[in-house]
Amino acid sequence: MAWFKKGKPVKADKKVKIPEGSWVKCNNCKEIIYRQELDKNVKVCPKCNYHFRISAMERLALLVDDQSFHELDVDLVSNDPLKFKDKKPYKERLEENREKSGLREASVSGEATIHGHQVVVVVLDFSFMGGSMGSVVGEKILRAAELALETKKPFITVASSGGARMQEGIFSLMQMARVSAVIAKLRDNGILYISILADPTFGGVTASFAMLGDIIIGEPRSLVGFAGPRVIEQTIKKQLPEDFQRSEFLLDHGLIDKIVDRKELKKTVAQLIELLT
Amino acid sequence: MIKYFLDFEKPIEELESKIEELKRLSNGKDINISEEVVKLEKKAKALRSEIFSNLSPWQKTLLARHPDRPYTIDYIHRITSDFIELHGDRRFADDKAIVGGVAKLKNVPVIIVGHQKGRGTKERIIRNFGQPHPEGYRKALRIMKLAEKFNVPVITLIDTPGAYPGVGAEERGQAEAIAVNLMQMSRLRVPIISIVIGEGGSGGALALGISDRLFMLEHSVYSVISPEGCAAILWKKDGNLDAKDFSKAADTLKLTAQDLLKFHIIDDVIPEPLGGAHRDIEKTSKNISARILESLRDLETKSADTLIDERYERLKRISSCSEHS
Repeated sequence: MAWFKKGKPVKADKKVKIPEGSWVKCNNCKEIIYRQELDKNVKVCPKCNYHFRISAMERLALLVDDQSFHELDVDLVSNDPLKFKDKKPYKERLEENREKSGLREASVSGEATIHGHQVVVVVLDFSFMGGSMGSVVGEKILRAAELALETKKPFITVASSGGARMQEGIFSLMQMARVSAVIAKLRDNGILYISILADPTFGGVTASFAMLGDIIIGEPRSLVGFAGPRVIEQTIKKQLPEDFQRSEFLLDHGLIDKIVDRKELKKTVAQLIELLT
Repeated sequence: MIKYFLDFEKPIEELESKIEELKRLSNGKDINISEEVVKLEKKAKALRSEIFSNLSPWQKTLLARHPDRPYTIDYIHRITSDFIELHGDRRFADDKAIVGGVAKLKNVPVIIVGHQKGRGTKERIIRNFGQPHPEGYRKALRIMKLAEKFNVPVITLIDTPGAYPGVGAEERGQAEAIAVNLMQMSRLRVPIISIVIGEGGSGGALALGISDRLFMLEHSVYSVISPEGCAAILWKKDGNLDAKDFSKAADTLKLTAQDLLKFHIIDDVIPEPLGGAHRDIEKTSKNISARILESLRDLETKSADTLIDERYERLKRISSCSEHS
């Protein structure tokens, strides 16, 4: 097990949010990059091809045709079924995240076209409570997939999430069941489902819709898994190899179909739709 | 034989051992203390009833994990006959954290699958403390697919701290294995009845829990995260958490059978004997099998299409959000 010894500890990319200012340090190669250059390069490091995390809106801008996106279920908000409160009430936390992210919830769903092909798409946004799946995210996926089923359009998701949303307890857990059940319907009815895994994708999101794509595409070096690396390290009391749970690791282990660069993603998805529908 | 007592069971244990002692003393001697014994037994019963009707969510969590609590195999042998265990996922290994097979329930063949914790250190390790690897979930699905082929109902018993977080589990697709079970169970064309018998630990529990009827034993829990995990995320990350933190987290998570019934996530709570399932396995088993038979009578009249449509609609209802402009 030589690769075990050599491995450096896996660190979740902590400072992945791109800091303000005109210069940015790459999380991977540590090179200093001019922000404008990075933005022009779809937030991919021009030196090492590291894919910075991007927001749901940035993702949509890259993935679907200009002006084609029509958002659905904009007004869905959580009912806070547990009346959850830790240091502050969950409702307050939601409000803070809304202000911080400019989003109403951790996912954005809608209809759009990709190279002219009509699709239904759901994108998770990690900046809203870690992209966690509660009732709203689950409901949006369910409704979007049902729409795809009804209108016979391909269904596309982009995951970026820490997993189920603890603050909604058992309701969050049950979203895993709901979204998997609707994907089963797509499968039974011959609707193409493409799942894209962005950094990071974990827990209840990986263990439901994200791993159920007919085609599963990872972004380069995305961390994707069931249990988080820290939990695994605590359990096995060993350091994990550097590439553990990266897209490349998943590809090697036969768990995903492809790794596609951000710049190529739209083209690849369009091609798959052309070939399979 | 009761061997292990949780802190809140201690007062009962003390009283009971006193009763035992008295009984032993009176044995063969002419002093008559039966009146005293009767009095003490009455007191013990009242004490048990008082303690067990006021359990906190954290105490329920501990009870759900009680080392003497009956596990899947204990129930299989009591609620079914002619059980034949089936092994392996036909791909990688036989995961002993999940057991499953064919059996007869009141002369009707059924497929029964469940998580299996071990009793005693040696078996616990063999069973990996009831934490399955991907091959466990794939075994479960393979056996459940047999039910579909031979048109027999499926019973699943849920009792796990969660799916195992390890290197091999990730390499072999833990998340995929769980996701596929959720997807396939939602479309399985035979009745599925699930019962949480102890710990319903997150996705690893749910992977056996997509069903037409979902029950929980009175002192079982079912949650998206353990109270310990929740407390670690919410309050401190340095590992200095204690029972008080866990207790607070358990309160917050609303993870008891009674909570889930209130949320309409489960169909009903199956009562346990006073003092918990381990106090009278026979009685608990009877309660479980009565509930299974009742559900089967209800479900067996439905066509496969109706079953999966209704199963989907059940899931569709489990949401707590609304339009708010």
